[in-house]
Amino acid sequence: MIRSLLPEIASLTLEHAMLVGIAVLLAIAIGVPAGLAATRNRRVRQVALAAAGAFQTIPSLALFGFLVPMPYIGGIGKRTVLIALVLYALLPIVRNTVTGIASVDPAVKESAVAMGMTDRQVLFQVEVPLAARTILAGIRIATVTTIGTATIAAAIGGGGLGVLIFRGISMVDSMQILAGAIPAAALALIADGLLAWLENTLSH
Amino acid sequence: MLPAVEFRDVCYEIDGRPILRNLNLAVTPGETLVLLGRSGSGKTTALRMVNALLYPTTGEVLVNGVATTAQDPVQLRRRIGYVIQEGGLFPHRDVASNIGLVPRLQNWPPGKIDERVRELLDAIGLPAADYLHRSPRNLSGGQRQRIGVARALAADASVLLFDEPFGALDPITRLELQNLFLSLRDRLHKSALFVTHDVAEALVIGTRIALLDAGRLAWIGPARDFRRADTPQAREFLACIRILETDDSKPAA
Repeated sequence: MIRSLLPEIASLTLEHAMLVGIAVLLAIAIGVPAGLAATRNRRVRQVALAAAGAFQTIPSLALFGFLVPMPYIGGIGKRTVLIALVLYALLPIVRNTVTGIASVDPAVKESAVAMGMTDRQVLFQVEVPLAARTILAGIRIATVTTIGTATIAAAIGGGGLGVLIFRGISMVDSMQILAGAIPAAALALIADGLLAWLENTLSH
Repeated sequence: MLPAVEFRDVCYEIDGRPILRNLNLAVTPGETLVLLGRSGSGKTTALRMVNALLYPTTGEVLVNGVATTAQDPVQLRRRIGYVIQEGGLFPHRDVASNIGLVPRLQNWPPGKIDERVRELLDAIGLPAADYLHRSPRNLSGGQRQRIGVARALAADASVLLFDEPFGALDPITRLELQNLFLSLRDRLHKSALFVTHDVAEALVIGTRIALLDAGRLAWIGPARDFRRADTPQAREFLACIRILETDDSKPAA
């Protein structure tokens, strides 16, 4: 019985990982620059944190519900799922980028400016390296939560391991539920471990 | 001779509250002018105007004859050495990279930077072989301040600024650093502005002393004349060292 599910588990796990990977990469591409811009301007900081926080407070199933009827960006399928996952992953990344940069020792920043570094040099040669660990911690939180949230993607045709879980629920088949849930949990643990290792490598 | 640094009628206000009031000062080339004053007297504010971290509300600050407002702040700062209390070293870079910072910003060839860094480590009494690749995190406060001094000297700045650089050190380490400062001063003939609230340090370090009180210049003159200064603010400061000297004489009596 489980053996017949194996090829499907494998392909859905891959799909799940791809979905999460793309969503997190997009969230990094948007969230880190937004966070860095936010540290340079109080207004941008308020707006960025408020917006990212607002998305986080909407329950995930409700957010999918909002997105599906939206023209252009909505509809049933992967694109809608991806948008929702990116919106969720943004908050921890933006917040940790802002916190990481803000917690760099002011004496170090001041001496960097006083030595004649340009704002760009201070940011990329001093602040970002010193905040790297905190930023990476935000990416780790975003990745782990996205792996969980992505299971709900199946509800709107996004695929991934949620397919097995939802099918298992409707068929009252615990085996199928677990066939989706266990690989999802394993993915989260592996991602968490890998990113934690990367964080420690960077920190010394 | 053109002053290295000159304050002309400098006033500085924060939200209408005066921090500096009509400050007029000139640092002659090669001298160490100590800005002495209590906390809040405006001495650090004055110092930060020299490397354009702040600009005067009215009046002007001239560095080598040119107003700071007429200079590119980034280029100006690369020509001015700056040492602050906590050192402000980059914790993610090794000692060599910290000392070589400004030469690197000025695009010196790597070989020349390396040579300069070794020369400076030698000058501050830390052997290059042992210290070149150490992290500032693993150094003592005194060693970090030595590196801070070396970093300020690296690009051969003509003007050096010191903001209570030895204030957080224990008295013995402070004395060692003061002696290092004096030996470098006599050898390099740099113009320096040195901020401190410690009269004893001002007397040892300064060629001249400028006493600031509530943003005003309360006394200025050669360091050796400061003991005879008779403004009320100077007398308050002198009272601090008289206590020390009386204590010293007790065992002898």
